[in-house]
Amino acid sequence: MLGKGIINGLTVTAWNFFGSYFSKSRLTTVQYPEGGNTVTAFSRNIPFLVFDDANAPIDSLRCVACKICEKECPPQCIYIVQDKDANGKLIKSPKIFDIDISVCMGCQICVEVCPFESIKMDSHFELAGRDRFADLLLHREQLAKSNDYYHKIHPAEAREVDDRLAAKQKKAGPA
Amino acid sequence: MILNTLLDNPDQILVNLFHQGAALLQACPALVIALGILLSTVPLVAIFPACFAITTWLERKGLARIQNRIGPNRAGWFGLLQPMADGIKMLLKEDIVPQTSDRLAHFLAPVLLLIPAFTVLSVLPFSRNMIPAAADTGVILFFALGSISTLPVFMAGWSSHNKYSLLGGMRAIAQMVSYEIPLVLSTVTVVMLTGSLNTVKIVEFQQVTHWIEGSNPALQILGQVLKWNVFTPWGFTGFLIFFISSLAEINRCPFDLPEADSEIVAGHLTEYSGFKYALFFMGEYVSAFAISGLAVTLFLGGWSGPNIRPWWSEDPRALLIPGFVWFFLKMFALILIMIWIRGTLPRLRVDHLMAFAWKFLMPLALINIFIAGAYYYLPHWIGWPAGLIVIYACYEGLGRINRRHLGPKRIYRYA
Amino acid sequence: MNPASTLPESPVLPPRDYQVYSGDDLATNVLEVAMGPQHPSTHGVFRMDVSLDGETVVKLKPVFGYLHRNHEKIAENVTYLSSMPYTDRLDYFCSMTNNWAYAMTVEKLTGIAVPERAEYIRVIMAELTRLQNHASLVGFFVNDLGASGTPLLYAMREREHILDLFEWASGARMMCNYFRFGGCRNDLPPGWLQQCRKVVDAFPAFMDEFEKLLTENEIIISRTQKVGILPRPLAINAGITGPMLRASGVDYDIRKVDNYGIYNRFNFRVPLGEVGDCYDRFMLRLLEMHESVSILKQALDSIPEGPVIGDVKARNFRPKVGEAYGRIEAPKGELGFFLVSDGSPKPYRYRVRPPSLINLTVLEDMCLGHKIADAVIILGSVDIVLGEVDR
Repeated sequence: MLGKGIINGLTVTAWNFFGSYFSKSRLTTVQYPEGGNTVTAFSRNIPFLVFDDANAPIDSLRCVACKICEKECPPQCIYIVQDKDANGKLIKSPKIFDIDISVCMGCQICVEVCPFESIKMDSHFELAGRDRFADLLLHREQLAKSNDYYHKIHPAEAREVDDRLAAKQKKAGPA
Repeated sequence: MILNTLLDNPDQILVNLFHQGAALLQACPALVIALGILLSTVPLVAIFPACFAITTWLERKGLARIQNRIGPNRAGWFGLLQPMADGIKMLLKEDIVPQTSDRLAHFLAPVLLLIPAFTVLSVLPFSRNMIPAAADTGVILFFALGSISTLPVFMAGWSSHNKYSLLGGMRAIAQMVSYEIPLVLSTVTVVMLTGSLNTVKIVEFQQVTHWIEGSNPALQILGQVLKWNVFTPWGFTGFLIFFISSLAEINRCPFDLPEADSEIVAGHLTEYSGFKYALFFMGEYVSAFAISGLAVTLFLGGWSGPNIRPWWSEDPRALLIPGFVWFFLKMFALILIMIWIRGTLPRLRVDHLMAFAWKFLMPLALINIFIAGAYYYLPHWIGWPAGLIVIYACYEGLGRINRRHLGPKRIYRYA
Repeated sequence: MNPASTLPESPVLPPRDYQVYSGDDLATNVLEVAMGPQHPSTHGVFRMDVSLDGETVVKLKPVFGYLHRNHEKIAENVTYLSSMPYTDRLDYFCSMTNNWAYAMTVEKLTGIAVPERAEYIRVIMAELTRLQNHASLVGFFVNDLGASGTPLLYAMREREHILDLFEWASGARMMCNYFRFGGCRNDLPPGWLQQCRKVVDAFPAFMDEFEKLLTENEIIISRTQKVGILPRPLAINAGITGPMLRASGVDYDIRKVDNYGIYNRFNFRVPLGEVGDCYDRFMLRLLEMHESVSILKQALDSIPEGPVIGDVKARNFRPKVGEAYGRIEAPKGELGFFLVSDGSPKPYRYRVRPPSLINLTVLEDMCLGHKIADAVIILGSVDIVLGEVDR
C-alpha cells in the first residue's frame, strides 16, 4: 500500500513519544549540573602526580624527575626542571613540573612509560578557568594529589599499583 | 447577571453578553454595533497569539519527546515561560535591513502575512451563534483571503535583494500556488453535499438535529458525532487531501523546503531578524490554526462533540461543555498531528513536491468529487463500500503510475 | 552618517568569464555557488565549489584542507608509540579501527605476534566501532534529508551504550588509544563482556525499529533512489573501497580478502548492492550492521582467556630497517598505513591512506546532472570525516 512506510515511521515516533514518559531507555537525557558530571572508575582526563604522605605532599612525591614522560609525551605538554639541593647537586625531585592542560590530550602515554608509578590519570574534568593561559597551566602543587585520592578514583588500578610497589620494595629491601 | 448566563448556558456566554450589553446600550445603535465588533474580534486577537505561544512550547516539547529528549524545562515550570523568553529575545534583537533592499516591501511583508491569517478566522464558527462574520459564501471567502498570503512570501524574497532569497521565494510561491488546487477541490465535495457555502450550515449538516433535540442522552452524544463528514469515504479522502495540502500551504514539514536550507540559507526569510522574523512565524502558525480550523469545520464537525444537554436548561440546543472547547480541542489535535509529522518525515525535494500536487493529489481530488456525487444518489449501503473501494483503487493506481520510474523493490544479495 | 562612505575604495576586479549555455535559445549564465566550510549539514569543514546551470550541477570541485593538522609530519618526529594517540584523531568516529590499522602495520614491520585473546578483543572493538559508525552515518544522512534529527537522535542513543563500553575498557569514549603493538593496552575489566553481550543482544531490537522508521519511507525512497549512481568500472578504477564499492556491486571486503586478524574464524556475509545509488549505500550500511552483530555474538561466545599483549619492549622501540603496508576494512573503507623505518625510534616515512579522501575523488562524477539539493545527499552518502580527509 502506498504510504505504508510513512505510517510505519509515524508509529515508531509515536511509540517513542509515549515511551519517553514510561521508560528510562527512551528518555536518555541527563541534565547537567544535576546529573551527568559523574565519571566512571576508568575515565581519564589529565594526569596528576601521586604523593604518599599527606603531611609532606611535595616532598613525598614519587616523581624523581627522570624526564621520561616529558620525552615520550606526544604533544609535548610537560615541562620538568630537576631540583637541586643546598649544595647545587641534582636530587631526585622535580622543582618545576608543569603540564599545559590546553595541550594535553589525555592519551595516557606518560602513565605507561613512567617507571616509578608517579604519574597517573585523573578523571576530574570541570577545570574551566577565567584566564586563558594561567588557569590552564597546572603546576606541581596543583598536580600533586594523594594516593588516597588515587584509590578513590581508580580503586582497582590503585590496588595493583600498591601491590607492584610493595613487591618492588620487598625485592629491594633485603638487598 | 453574568453568573446566571454562565450557569444557564455556558456555551453562549459571549452571545448573551452581547445581548445584555445591547439591551443596556439601546439608546445608541452605533455603540451596539461597536460592542458587537469588539466582542467578535477582541477574543480572536487575544486568544490566537496565546495559542501561538502555547503551540511553540508544544512543538518544542513534542519534538523533544519524540527524539527522546526533554525539551525546554528551565524557564518556568515545565518550560512554560519559554515562549515568553523567546518573545523577549526577539524583541531585543537588532533589526537589520539590507541597504539595497526595497524598504517598503521589506517592512510590509511580515505584516501582510499576518493580516490574511487573522482575517480568515472570522468565517469559522466557534460555537452555535458564535461566528464573527457570518457570510453566506464563507468557504470561498476563506480561500480568497487565504490566497493573499502567497504574495508576502514573494515580497520577502524579492525585497531582500539576495539571489538565494529570490530563488527561495519563487519556490515558495510555486509550492503554495500548486497546492491551492487540491486544497479547494477537496472542499468541493463538502459544499456539494451540504448544498451551501455557509460554514454555519456546513456544521449543522454534520449534526443529527432531531437526536440532539431529543431527550435520550446517548442519542444526544451520538448525534453530535456520527454524521461528521470524515466518517464517509469521500469525506475521509477529502480530509486527507485537505490536510496534506494545508501542510504545503503553510510551509510545514515535509514541505518546508522554502524555509529550511534551500540552497543553504533560509530562503525568503534570510534577511529578516528579530521581531519581523517572529512575525513571520506568528503568521505561519496563525495560518496553521486557521486552516486547521477550516478542516475541523468542514470535515470534523466544527464545534460539535460528544455533548449532552444540561438538565437544568430549557433551551433545546444548550450544551453542557461549550462548543468552542471542542473546536479548540480538535484544532489542537490537528496541530499535534502536524508536529508529529514534523518529527518523523524528511523533506520533499521541489520537483517531487510539484509532481505530488499535480499528478497525485489533483486527480485524486477530482475522482473524489465524482465519488461524492455517486454517494449522494446511491443508497447508503451501496454508496459507502463502493465509494471506499473505488477510492482505494484510484489511490493505489495513481501511486503506482507515479512511481513507475523508480523500479522494482530492491533485494540485496550477499556475496 | 552613512558607514559605506568611510570604507576604502574596493579594487575593481576584471569581469568574470562566464560560459554561456544556449541549449534552449535562452542565454543563461552559470551560477557559481561556494557551499562553504560551514554547512547546515554536518561532515565537518569542507567546501564544494559548485557551478550550476539553473538548478543542475555542471561542475563540482571539492576543496578540503581546513582541518589539516600535519599528522604525517608529526609522526616523523615522535616515536612509534607516541603516534598511537594521534591515530585516534584521524577518523574520530572510529578510533579503535584506526588504532588497529596502525598497530597491524607496525606488527608487520617488526614481526611481533599477537596473543589470541588480544585478537578477539580487537575484533570485538572493531565491530562495535563499525556498529556505532554506521548507525551515526545513517542518522546524519537522514538528517541531511531534512528529518529534523529524529533518526539521528535514535542512533546517538544507541551509540551512547557502545561509547560507555569503550570508556569502561579504555578510559575514554572516543579517543581510545587502546591498541598497542602486540595486543591491547590493558585487559577488559571484569563484567565488561557481560555488559557487551547485553548491548549486542539489545541491538537487533533497535535495528528493527530503525529500519521500520526508514527503509520503506516513500520520501526517502524517492529522494535517494537513482541519485548519485556510481558505475562499477568507475568505482574500481578510482580506488573506491568500503561500503561505497560494495553498493556498486563489487565483492571486495578486506576482511574476506586479506583475512587479517582472526576474521577467517567467523561466519559472516558481505551484502552487495545492484545500482550503486544513495539508497543502496544507505541500505548496505544497515545490512552491514546486522552482519556486525552476528560477528560480535560469535566473538563473545568464543573469546578465550590469556594475556592481552605480546612480548614487546615498551621504550626504545626500534624496528629494523624496512617498510610495511597494513590495511584493514575500516567502517569507511580501506584504511591503510605505510611505514618506512630506518632503524631509529622514529619512523622515516609515515603515510596514511585515508578512505574518505579517496572516496571523495568521484564526488563530481556522481553529482553531475543532479540538482543541487541532491549534491548534499550524495556527499552524505559518501561518508566522509574531515579528520581523515585532511589528516
